[in-house]
Amino acid sequence: MSQTATLPAGARFDDDLPPALRVRGYWSSVGVRLRHDPATLCFGVIVLLIVLAAIFAPLIAPFDPYKESVVLRLKPFGYRGHPLGTDELGRDLLSRLIYGGRSSLLMGLVPVCIATALGGTLGVIGGFAGRTVNAAIMRTMDVFYAFPSVLLAVAISGAMGGGMANGMAALALVFIPAMCRVAETATAQVRSLDFIEAARATGAGTFTIVRYHVLGNVLGPVFIYASSLVSVSILLASGLSFLGLGVKPPTPDWGLMLSTLRQSIYVAPLSCALPGAAIFVTSICFNLVSDGIRSAMDVRL
Amino acid sequence: MSAPSAPARSAMAGSVPAIRGASSATPDGRDRSGHDGWAVPEPPLVEVDDLTVRFVTREATVHAVNGVSFSVRPGEVLCILGESGSGKSVTLRAMLRLLPPRRTRIEGGIRIDGQDVLALDKRRLRELRGGLVSMIFQEPMTALDPVYTIGAQIAETVQRHKGGSRAAARARALELLELVKIPSAERRLDNYPHELSGGLRQRAMIAMSLSCGPRLLLADEPTTALDATVQIQVLILLRRLQRELGMGTIFVTHDLGVASEIADRIAVMYAGRIVEEGPVADVLSAPQHPYTQGLLASTVHGQSRDHDIEAIPGSPPDLRRLPSGCAFAPRCLHVQPDCRAAVPGPRYPSHGRMARCLRVTDAALAAAE
Amino acid sequence: MSTTLTAPRPYAEDVGGPAQPLLIARDLAKHFRVRGGSKTARVRAVDGVSFTLFKGETLGIVGESGCGKSTLARLVLHLVERDGGELIFDGEPVGAPRGISIAALRRHVQMVFQDSYSSLNPRMPVQDSVAFGPFVHGRKKPDARRVARDMLVKVGLNPDLFGPRYPHELSGGQKQRVNIARALAIEPRMVILDEAVSALDKSVEAQVLNLLRSLKQQFNLTYLFISHDLNVVRYVSDRVLVMYLGRVVELGPSEDIFTNPLHPYTRALLGSRPSMDPTNRIEEPPITGDPPSPIDPPGGCRFHTRCPFAEAVCEAKSPELGAWLERGSHVAACHMLNAGSGHSAAPA
Repeated sequence: MSQTATLPAGARFDDDLPPALRVRGYWSSVGVRLRHDPATLCFGVIVLLIVLAAIFAPLIAPFDPYKESVVLRLKPFGYRGHPLGTDELGRDLLSRLIYGGRSSLLMGLVPVCIATALGGTLGVIGGFAGRTVNAAIMRTMDVFYAFPSVLLAVAISGAMGGGMANGMAALALVFIPAMCRVAETATAQVRSLDFIEAARATGAGTFTIVRYHVLGNVLGPVFIYASSLVSVSILLASGLSFLGLGVKPPTPDWGLMLSTLRQSIYVAPLSCALPGAAIFVTSICFNLVSDGIRSAMDVRL
Repeated sequence: MSAPSAPARSAMAGSVPAIRGASSATPDGRDRSGHDGWAVPEPPLVEVDDLTVRFVTREATVHAVNGVSFSVRPGEVLCILGESGSGKSVTLRAMLRLLPPRRTRIEGGIRIDGQDVLALDKRRLRELRGGLVSMIFQEPMTALDPVYTIGAQIAETVQRHKGGSRAAARARALELLELVKIPSAERRLDNYPHELSGGLRQRAMIAMSLSCGPRLLLADEPTTALDATVQIQVLILLRRLQRELGMGTIFVTHDLGVASEIADRIAVMYAGRIVEEGPVADVLSAPQHPYTQGLLASTVHGQSRDHDIEAIPGSPPDLRRLPSGCAFAPRCLHVQPDCRAAVPGPRYPSHGRMARCLRVTDAALAAAE
Repeated sequence: MSTTLTAPRPYAEDVGGPAQPLLIARDLAKHFRVRGGSKTARVRAVDGVSFTLFKGETLGIVGESGCGKSTLARLVLHLVERDGGELIFDGEPVGAPRGISIAALRRHVQMVFQDSYSSLNPRMPVQDSVAFGPFVHGRKKPDARRVARDMLVKVGLNPDLFGPRYPHELSGGQKQRVNIARALAIEPRMVILDEAVSALDKSVEAQVLNLLRSLKQQFNLTYLFISHDLNVVRYVSDRVLVMYLGRVVELGPSEDIFTNPLHPYTRALLGSRPSMDPTNRIEEPPITGDPPSPIDPPGGCRFHTRCPFAEAVCEAKSPELGAWLERGSHVAACHMLNAGSGHSAAPA
């Protein structure tokens, strides 16, 4: 087909963009900035190791985490091949820690994913819809937002009867209002920009505009907030398990381990500290990685 | 309380022997007096010598200003004309060291009233800013603090530089608001910036900048954001104030019309260099550099509707990768192979005029041949 | 439907014929409510604006900030809802049941926005931004992209070099060319240019004006050119409309308005332009004070608070504009021109 489009008079090809400056999209520029951030990379590696350890637990755990032994209770580090000793029922602590990562990470990540999907959608709808719909959504969220998160999680989980699935649902419900608010703010900001008006002027419907123009710009702030929620979620999930509202025994879980080892604190204090250390390290590493991602993404183009 | 008037200052300065002492009878080009005939034996208020400013980041180095030299005499208005990316605003900010310190590399010399600005310590620099030298900006809403009344802001500047009681400072603030012709000045002293319209805010900023009787006024496109009827009022006001107070002024703009209204001399910048300089009437009526000629031709002013405007083709160069040789060569209609070989040196076709173009005949060289 | 944009289009969709004005605006009004504490002020952004736009011409709209010209542009495209008045596009009323729908209007009228950092989606490559219009109107994605690249050529940008780039990598002039390409990609008949060259450097402005001129000829377009720069408006427009505080104060052929302005405000505007001659500078500003705020504007003639010729009748009664429907008429809303208005300078 003939592309004999002729240049209008007075125009000339602007062949002045130097070849050294590559075309770089937003996400790849984020990647470049991250590559030059050694602190974030370091913590990111730690997070990766924790996740991999949880996934490949059967391969790396030295013992069966459920195997009890009346004789080997609360033994110290290194006793008979148990690198970190045993817990109050004689089970190997290291294996339980590794397996415990599974439930803790699950209860950390899944609620955030659910909250992002649901809360994010509600937020975008609220940000783009008219005043009444917006008010309806946001004021409903405000009601839930008014409760302290721990209290709300405990209340919902307790009412539903505990257990891992109910715990995850409770945490998701706790995070939805916050996520909704972030998404709504981002949408409201994007909505007033010129290119949205231009898209409307082209004749696009609301759904098309949201899909092609709004989502891409809202995803950034939402993702940043979600990544910072993961560390909070791990903490809250451990708290729920500690209170007996999360995972049921004998499933290994850091919060549950804290609760059961608590009674033995005078006998084997170091063993008690281990699940707490695991929660702390995991939570902090996720937090720092999310901070690094936020700095990398928070650039005015 | 106000600065000594211009005639008094010239009289005082006249007793000091001239630094660049050559008489202006022969067009040797080195004397930048800009007036035919008399070499005014005053030391220049501002002397910028081979100023180079680079912004260094991990990704690239931006060569914002590349060897700029000019001088301003007391009471003279120099207009720096250029488009975006020409380096005009950077030059102005460099003079008060307002550029981000970590990324910026400044070389060359800047002397204001004999003081080497680049060598000043923090305390002296603070005294200089707002005292001897004052600056007004394009967007008054961001230059004025929104949580203080304008009366309070002006009074604060006065007190910091001159001391004295708060009542005296407030009286001075009122005096200044009346000087810039703000109606109902007494009432406006207690207004916040957002309560004023754009033109009044700009006048308030001008009042604030004059509060300590500066000898040098730096203006960074102060009228660009204003409506047409307000712009002409502010320009006339600035011109009147400059004449009455005898301030040297460096006025940065991209608008030829504004330059013709306010400037004594004009310096045209392109890609971080001054490409043409001279008295404003001469430069605008007979431009020597192809870029200045292109700017004049492409300014919309009464052209016939049936023809295209003579636009300069292409776009300004990327300051991260300046071409070797003349920066304007890729867009110049008269380009020759020599133009790309090296940056053209300054040529002085007549007294007080300079152009960086190989096609311009230097009067001294011509006389020597 | 043609798939390439090479040949100039004939009046294929010309419903009303060449004599029918493309757009007639009658008493358009738009008020905003501003809540400030206890009282509710009304911003009369556009307050009874009427004009005609003939096929193939360029109508320039000038005014200072607060005059309502940007709101007017958005009213024409129905990006904001009308509070009053009517709009007739090529003989058919817009939004009326028997007339043309707003969606259909947007096929024929497009807008080029001022170059700002947000006029293009920062997360979208430039060619996708341009292709969005055709895509919305039914083309498949590869087809839409081809139309977009074609359009980029038409505005003087190499599609291979510029298509995949993001807005932040482009200069102001290049971004504005993309804006123009975006507006023309769906082949409209009329283009509203809202301060389209105001944010550009003067040399780039000249390039873009030349481009607009040639595109207008190539595609048989009609322009509504909104600007605050009088010189540019004079060069570009066939007729000019001067606005002040939401009202039309003067309307007429471009040369007539610039050589013989009738309204005092127009005269003040023209006299505020810098002289371009350093030996002949403007000594006194033609008008003092700032343009008043459009919130609760002055009664009667809106300009009477700053007019050197204001009299009692100007505060009491609003002047009529006169015959604005005809093509060659030069009219102004001023009591001094209307016979029997009560002003001392009015003709008997």
